[in-house]
Amino acid sequence: MRFIFKTDYDQDIRIFKHSGYWYSYSILLLVLAMAPFVLGNYLQSQLVFVFIYATVGISLLILVGFTGQASLGHAAFLAIGAYTSAYCQQHGVPFVVYFPLAGILTGMVGVLVGFPALRLQGIYLVIATISFGAIVEEILARWESVTHGNEGMKLRTLELFGQAVPRDSPGFYFLCLAVLILVILATLNLLRSPTGRAFVAIRDSETAAKSMGIDVAAYKVRSFGISATITGLAGCLYAHKLSFISPEMFTLLLSIEFIIVIIIGGIFSLHGAVLGAIFIVMIDPFLTTLKDDLPGMIGNLVHVFGADVPTASKVQDQAASIASAPGLKGAIYGLIIVGFILFEPTGLYGRWLKIKLYFQTFPMYKAATFKRQKTYVKSERNR
Amino acid sequence: MLDFIQQLVSGVALGCIYGLIALGFVLIYKTTEVVNFAQGELLMLGGFFAFTFIALLGLNYWIGFALAVVCMAAFGAASERFVLRPVLGSPQFSIVMATVGLGFFLRSVAGMIWGTDDLKIDTPFSTGVLRIGDLVLAHDKLSVIVATAILCIALYLFFTKTQLGTAMRATSENMLAAYYMGIPVKTVVSLTWAISAAVAACAGVLLAPITFIHSNVGLVLALKAFPAAVLGGFGSIPGAVVGGIIIGVIENMAGFYLAQGWKDVAPHIVLLTMLLLKPEGLFGHIGRKKV
Amino acid sequence: MSFLVAENISLQFGGLKAVDQVNFAVERGEIFTIIGPNGAGKTSIFNLISRFYNPTSGRLFFDGEEFTSAPPHRIAKMGIARTFQNIELFDNTTVLSNLLVGRHCHATTNLVQELLFLPAVRRAEFEHRFRVEQVIELLDLEPYRDKLISGLPYGVRKVIELARALCSEPKLMLLDEPSSGLNVEETDDMSFWIRDIRDELGITVLMVEHDMNLVSRVSDRVLALNYGRELATGTPSEVQSHPEVVAAYLGT
Repeated sequence: MRFIFKTDYDQDIRIFKHSGYWYSYSILLLVLAMAPFVLGNYLQSQLVFVFIYATVGISLLILVGFTGQASLGHAAFLAIGAYTSAYCQQHGVPFVVYFPLAGILTGMVGVLVGFPALRLQGIYLVIATISFGAIVEEILARWESVTHGNEGMKLRTLELFGQAVPRDSPGFYFLCLAVLILVILATLNLLRSPTGRAFVAIRDSETAAKSMGIDVAAYKVRSFGISATITGLAGCLYAHKLSFISPEMFTLLLSIEFIIVIIIGGIFSLHGAVLGAIFIVMIDPFLTTLKDDLPGMIGNLVHVFGADVPTASKVQDQAASIASAPGLKGAIYGLIIVGFILFEPTGLYGRWLKIKLYFQTFPMYKAATFKRQKTYVKSERNR
Repeated sequence: MLDFIQQLVSGVALGCIYGLIALGFVLIYKTTEVVNFAQGELLMLGGFFAFTFIALLGLNYWIGFALAVVCMAAFGAASERFVLRPVLGSPQFSIVMATVGLGFFLRSVAGMIWGTDDLKIDTPFSTGVLRIGDLVLAHDKLSVIVATAILCIALYLFFTKTQLGTAMRATSENMLAAYYMGIPVKTVVSLTWAISAAVAACAGVLLAPITFIHSNVGLVLALKAFPAAVLGGFGSIPGAVVGGIIIGVIENMAGFYLAQGWKDVAPHIVLLTMLLLKPEGLFGHIGRKKV
Repeated sequence: MSFLVAENISLQFGGLKAVDQVNFAVERGEIFTIIGPNGAGKTSIFNLISRFYNPTSGRLFFDGEEFTSAPPHRIAKMGIARTFQNIELFDNTTVLSNLLVGRHCHATTNLVQELLFLPAVRRAEFEHRFRVEQVIELLDLEPYRDKLISGLPYGVRKVIELARALCSEPKLMLLDEPSSGLNVEETDDMSFWIRDIRDELGITVLMVEHDMNLVSRVSDRVLALNYGRELATGTPSEVQSHPEVVAAYLGT
């Protein structure tokens, strides 16, 4: 385990705690910089989705993970960002203007949602955000003069300083990467300053936060605003990546998908948002491969274990029909969520930390180090 | 006027379905403080089971109904045992997401087993109508209302008159204390899930003649049942049913008298207004944390 | 006028009078203790001063200024910090960041500065950390600086709560049962610290306490309550021998 001598306060404040961070993150950045020139079109485009999902994941981490305010309405924030961009683009506003505008407008809506949310907690907030999402979805479908209703809206190619940046070009890839990195840096800055600590304080004990001079209401609204702003920015990129948006793309299911991102990644650290985004985006190509190859593999396996050829091919057909069943993806999503909450509540990043600790403390590692504390149901009815 | 009464009755019938789903939410919330987002999927599964027994196996309607309810009760208890119990005690949001995951899973699997078409069950109530003067009321809607009333009375008697019901209420007041008093808390929690799954199954079967059964029916209805449960004050059983009926009537009236689009939004607007003005709901109560 | 004045404050929950027409005045530099049997309304008075509850009637003054209707988060800025009976720490963070939250009322930076982490924020952070380290030093919390709260024993958490309150550099400290759940040694330490807080840091202390031994060791004056009403005020020995107080504790 690395031991760090602490000699000044700066060491505690720094984002990169020691030189190891510099090495590993420079290498990561280098790999990401080379990726679009090495990878095929499909994988590059998947990576762009990873960046966008990770950006939304970080916005959710700020709200859910750090401030402790649940939300199942982030698809609506994404939609507001996306539609703002589409509308502005159609009216000849340049990207440098409507990109921040998408963020600001969504942030303002977020603040508006934040005010009623002040009085709500836990489950009530979840339900209220679901309702908010449903209302936004309906508005998008009905406000035809602006949103073109269910026909949806097409976006032209993004233009940055007179240069076209097509949605599958390396340029767009780097734009999304830059946005993600800036959002991460800003969030890290926030977390090491009074506002970030106030968020965490509100999550852990509102009573104590109040008595320490934190204006709980103002900070909750702030958290909603920041989270919505980031999601709005991501919405702008999302709209450009898809080049076509319509109301039925921003349903509750998308909000749930975003929550899955942070649950899978780990709800207590920014790494979680990125890891979760990789997992969620990459599960699609993985399933496709599985769908193509697995039935054959099962058939062969059955054959190896002594079944005759007709039985083996029958099994193979059976497997193929299950694999191509329309609802398979949903079932796998469901299993993943339940599985993670049951067996890996700290997410992928938590697992990584455990593996790291195992090697750092190698012969001394106790299996019980991370044993989950069993607690009785804690009442949240009293507040 | 006649239109109004007609709309009112079908609103109440729809509301009863919402109320029954909300009842399931409330039962589970009261004992474990978990909101079961898979409640709608339990309703859907109940409908599919009934379809299997009645339409596919050709059983008598009532036998099929009873079998579906019993199967769903067992299913509810099983999902509590294998999905919910291991995560009890972790943050509420994680538990909620676990039920969301369960819902996802059930929806997809049901779609894979029973296909994605709309299914129909022939019931004794499917066709008949009741005429009072010029008023024509369909039997299927009336059956829902009557059945909801019967279920509510049965549940009320169960919770107030039987020892088990009292044990369940005690558990919902204070789980730890109930445990110390020798109440088998785990069994009680399983039983709660069984009951709310059974209630959902009843709703599913009753709903079958009105809207067809398909794998997404649960999600659509559950989204409307949340406002119902909140309106009645999460945690109050009569509140859930009353809230459901109010939401159902509002939705139907909005669909009939207002422009297109209001029908689906109206319950959510009612919910948000309610949360702003009176977050504890019509019958609810929110305690205060002691410091 | 005295430092902290409660003028005829009452608090009513429905039909229950938790606090009934209580008057007291805490002088600057004093250790003032409120005692009374369970349910006497001691913590309710604290919650009134922290503005968690609104008094049904009466007025509150601090340093000559009325704060009867100030919002709760203003209280820390005015210079009143408190601890809680059942420990309200931020469980999933480190001791250091808990203490830094105590510095929140001295935060000077705004959101934009913080998002960019401008030099002003860094300077303010240095200042906060300097103060926090002083408190850590005072209360011997060095071994726990980077530990998570959730893994610490009860006695240590109690001290951390005291430390967090101290970090806000208060003028008045409200201690709600500082010795509850502590063993004899820890209680001893606590009594020394309470004296130190007053003698070295010049902070006025108002506390609620059950341990009469601790009360008579540290407090200058004592207020005894029963059923929300004032029974007696005076030095510890005066109050302890007051017939009504004896009756309230021993029953009649």
